[in-house]
Amino acid sequence: MALHDLLLALPITFATLWTILLIVVEATAKRAQLTFSLTSVGFLILITMMLFPSEQGYAFGEMLRLSPYSQFANFVFALSGLLVITLSQSYLAKENIHFGEYYIIVFIATLGMMLMASAAHMVVLFIGLEIMSIALYVLAGIMRKDLRANEAAMKYFLLGAFSSGFFLYGISLIYGATGEMTLFKIGIYLQENSATSLFWIGLSLMMVGFLFKISAVPFHQWTPDVYEGSPTPSTALMSTASKAAAFTALITVVLNVSSQTENNSNWIFALSTIAVLTMVVGNIAALSQDNLKRMLAFSSIAHAGYMLVGIVAGSDAGYSAVLYYALVYSLMNIGAFGVIALIEQQRELTSASDYAGLFKEKPLLAGVMALFMLSLTGIPPFGGFIGKYKLFAAAVESGLSWLAVVGVLASAVSAYYYLRVVVFMFMREPQAENQFEGVVLNPTLVLIALLVFLLGIFPTGMLRFAGEAMKFAFNM
Amino acid sequence: MNVIFISVFLPLVGFFLSSLFSLTKFIGHHESGKEKLVGVLSTLMIAIPFGIFATLFASFNGEAQIATLYDWFAAGAMSIKVSYQLDSLSLFMAMIVTGVGSLIHLYSIGYMHGDEGFARFFAYLNLFIFAMLNLILADNMVLMFLGWEGVGLCSYLLIGFWYDRKFDGIGIATTTDAANKAFIMNRIGDFAMLAAMFLIFQKISALDYNSILSQKEAFDSTHIFWITLLIFIGCTGKSAQIPLYTWLPDAMAGPTPVSALIHAATMVTSGIYLTARLSPLFIMSPDTMNLIAVVGIATAFIAATIGLTQNDIKKVLAYSTVSQLGYMFLALGIGAFGSAIFHVTTHAFFKACLFLGSGSVIHALHEEQDIRKMGGLAKVMPQTHATFLVASLALAGFPLTAGFFSKDDVLAKTFESGNYLLWGVGLVTAFITAFYTMRLYTLTFLGEARYNTDKHPHESPALMTAPLWILGALSLVGGAIGLPAVIQEQNWIQSFLSSSVASVQAHHLEHSNEWILLGISSIVAILGLAASFSIYSKKTVHVEPEGVTTVLYRKYYIDELYDAAVVKPFQFLASRLLAPIDNRIIDGLVNGIGSSMVGLGGALKRWQTGVAQNYALVITIGLILLVGYIALT
Amino acid sequence: MHIELNHYLWLSAFMFTVGVIGVLVRRNAIVIFMCVELMLNAVNLSFVAFSHFLSDIQGQMMVFFVMTVAAAEAAVGLAIVISLFRNRQTVNIDEINLLKG
Repeated sequence: MALHDLLLALPITFATLWTILLIVVEATAKRAQLTFSLTSVGFLILITMMLFPSEQGYAFGEMLRLSPYSQFANFVFALSGLLVITLSQSYLAKENIHFGEYYIIVFIATLGMMLMASAAHMVVLFIGLEIMSIALYVLAGIMRKDLRANEAAMKYFLLGAFSSGFFLYGISLIYGATGEMTLFKIGIYLQENSATSLFWIGLSLMMVGFLFKISAVPFHQWTPDVYEGSPTPSTALMSTASKAAAFTALITVVLNVSSQTENNSNWIFALSTIAVLTMVVGNIAALSQDNLKRMLAFSSIAHAGYMLVGIVAGSDAGYSAVLYYALVYSLMNIGAFGVIALIEQQRELTSASDYAGLFKEKPLLAGVMALFMLSLTGIPPFGGFIGKYKLFAAAVESGLSWLAVVGVLASAVSAYYYLRVVVFMFMREPQAENQFEGVVLNPTLVLIALLVFLLGIFPTGMLRFAGEAMKFAFNM
Repeated sequence: MNVIFISVFLPLVGFFLSSLFSLTKFIGHHESGKEKLVGVLSTLMIAIPFGIFATLFASFNGEAQIATLYDWFAAGAMSIKVSYQLDSLSLFMAMIVTGVGSLIHLYSIGYMHGDEGFARFFAYLNLFIFAMLNLILADNMVLMFLGWEGVGLCSYLLIGFWYDRKFDGIGIATTTDAANKAFIMNRIGDFAMLAAMFLIFQKISALDYNSILSQKEAFDSTHIFWITLLIFIGCTGKSAQIPLYTWLPDAMAGPTPVSALIHAATMVTSGIYLTARLSPLFIMSPDTMNLIAVVGIATAFIAATIGLTQNDIKKVLAYSTVSQLGYMFLALGIGAFGSAIFHVTTHAFFKACLFLGSGSVIHALHEEQDIRKMGGLAKVMPQTHATFLVASLALAGFPLTAGFFSKDDVLAKTFESGNYLLWGVGLVTAFITAFYTMRLYTLTFLGEARYNTDKHPHESPALMTAPLWILGALSLVGGAIGLPAVIQEQNWIQSFLSSSVASVQAHHLEHSNEWILLGISSIVAILGLAASFSIYSKKTVHVEPEGVTTVLYRKYYIDELYDAAVVKPFQFLASRLLAPIDNRIIDGLVNGIGSSMVGLGGALKRWQTGVAQNYALVITIGLILLVGYIALT
Repeated sequence: MHIELNHYLWLSAFMFTVGVIGVLVRRNAIVIFMCVELMLNAVNLSFVAFSHFLSDIQGQMMVFFVMTVAAAEAAVGLAIVISLFRNRQTVNIDEINLLKG
């Protein structure tokens, strides 16, 4: 029985055991390089595991639910984790924070995300969320001597804990309203009974927790401050995998309560309003940002808005579009932050104008960055275009054409600030001779660029993966 | 493997090869050898597809053929394919693009010689052709949109190619600004295009042309109005029509071959192509059609009058391009889709020739673009001069040149459709066109030399003049593909395109009427040319020691009459009325939207106080609103 | 007087609100953090109350996990506060605003 559960939940079992192994190795050997290698191996094993079909079902007494859905999500998390740590190494060394713990904490954060995506019970959902969040607080503040990093960690921690309070209260009220904490049982209860206002208050409170994590307007204000202050590789993880995790958990919850939300026009209206606000505010605020990390922070808010459009669509097409977008978005954003991290190591360059003339000195790096920017803009044939197309098409299919139009309009605005970076890289003279001397292109970035490109021209395989994930999401 | 794929993807291969070359620095005396290699390779990557298309064309039997490479992606119930449709329209356009494209590539080998970014230039150029072929050959709107965005991007990169140069445009100071302006204006159009795609998708859940056209009955009239209107707005951006045309004159900041290829012969005509492609939809909405015709003729007229006042050789040509595109839209608007494509074709020949010729002149005069500082070049650049003259005559619509037949075709069809006002304005515009064309030619090539004599201009190398001769010859005889019915009963291009383009059946003109129209067109063109010639060839222009040029008129009574009656009113109209609209209202609107967005962003900054508790307060307020709205109402 | 579920819930809601207001008005980071803890414990109270009145063990199980998580959060939170204090000599949250705009 127990063994069967452990095997069924193999990714999580493995990740947990591997975490323990990492801690033991780090504590005894104290060699960051070794820990890095072992963590990479752990991620690689996880990624490989996700590529093969596996048994699906509930484990540990309906606590965890393993399915193609969790498999797709775990694939995104493990891939992001792996890419982030390979991009971190030289950055950490340069900033004198090359601790083995860093890698372990990234791994633990990923474990938390995996729990969120596999959660079948509110307890697991909460624990997963907290494991991820606490790990991320540490990652934000790992540069202990840096004032900005301190501040970022502090803000992230206080506001994160504050929002988890609401999230937990929401769980409690839903528990009180339905008498259940297992998600599918809540779903069954809601199909048979009508929802009380206690339930609606609980659901709204839970939503606040999710909306905070995905940084939807008006729960977004921490995002630019924290992204700017944190070490750039940590920011890469926060802005991508942690959002993806929040979205997968959000979909799980929304799917189970859909019998009530489907017919609640207030619910749909409130969510659409938040999606619109998020897209509009994110993009417009990004326009006037000079600091590249802050600009990407606001743009990541806007991207959360696009993904919310898929959630509002409320169909399998919408949810699978969100999954696909989460993958593409994670790749391109990690790539963009990776380039920033690379250049930051050499000089304190933060604003878009500091990238002037990058193409002249490092053409390949500039080309890679331009690809990420174009993909983030949503220009075909890159992955970002397919993702956006799927999201907006799902909205159109669900009769929410106006939402799609707002989305297209908002992303038209975004072209301005993404292209600004391209303009500086390609169409300006360097401010000084050889200012990018010593910047060495990390092969991982080329790999990410290639993946973003391939997801644009051969998206079918991954789209099917995401589609299957939804088909088998909750048919048990 | 279908040959279509080879032709579409060869330019992409060329792009990758040139990019690789651009990553390696050009060193020492190997430079020119490497330049030749890159140039010839890139040219071949366009010339081979042209050969393939020409072969396909020779054996073309009128049947559309669709070649699917693979399923690109699925969205909901439908799947989007990477597949190309070869029918008379797309084959014809592809031949123009690759044919003119290879000539311009060839020319660029000479033109870009010695430029730091030689390989990069060819990489962009090849990428452009790849995107353009996708735009033309795609069998669905999503793949078309890939090309649509791709050509926009390449145009953007190429306008800003010489990014360190100053450029004096409307409200802009550098080439980068010009590139940005082009991109932003195009984004406005692209947004409309995407919205149209969503509307189509919502109704029939498909986006390939065949489904759209076969299920066109599924759209009701409001639907069709909005779809066609939005597509047309998209086209106004790409094809530089009112109100989104001001980017095109500024796009002249790019290297001249780019102006010839992208901003005259190919990319800017993609709006016309798309409208013709979806012509069965367009004729279902008379309102949109009328709007297209009016916008087209208004653009043609306004741009032509502005062209009268310009002194930059490329700007004259740019406004002339906008104006000629206006004619094409006029043709679309009255339902003469075949005539529009006919004019696209001849325009590609003569305008590419004119641009390349102007490039040759600019090259010879060391980047001088002001026609007031030219003159007398006919003697020193005989080949450029001869070809430029032929192409100018074609642009002016001189009888029996290519431009004459296509422009007359458009005007005759307008007359046929009974829109006499449009026809009248079209005729006036034709006069102005002839006038500014002759002004441009005369000031550049005739009279005394007004350039600094130590410049020693000389004829361009054969690599550059050969394309000029070919394009010049085509400007002369290209009209043969669409001779009017009085000369040849069966108009070749109309019947060739009839399998893929809708046609509005109008009553045919009497032969006598047609002769009269041809006669009127000829007279108007010749009058315009003669008037302009008599004014500008008799002017002497002195270059004063300070370098300030002043224009002195030799006092002939007839000149003053012309001047007062014809030139002055139009110049007044252009400089006092239209140019301000040009830069204050339209640009002001575009810039205004931009700056108000940025301003709004600045206001949002103030909300970002940096104090965590303020953020917590906003979260709490958001929470109260959310709970209040969802749970308590 | 007989104590009903509602009484517990109102008490819990009251405590939660006190916590929220505390977070919004106090300046000291540590006090703010204690207010967050108050929020969590208010929720715990509601969990236990629900659990009791629903005769269902899950709510009480949840409380243990919440307590564990709160402890972990406290460890990390205090570490962050300490490193901040070392660098800035202040834990007043309104003085910590280098990052803004």
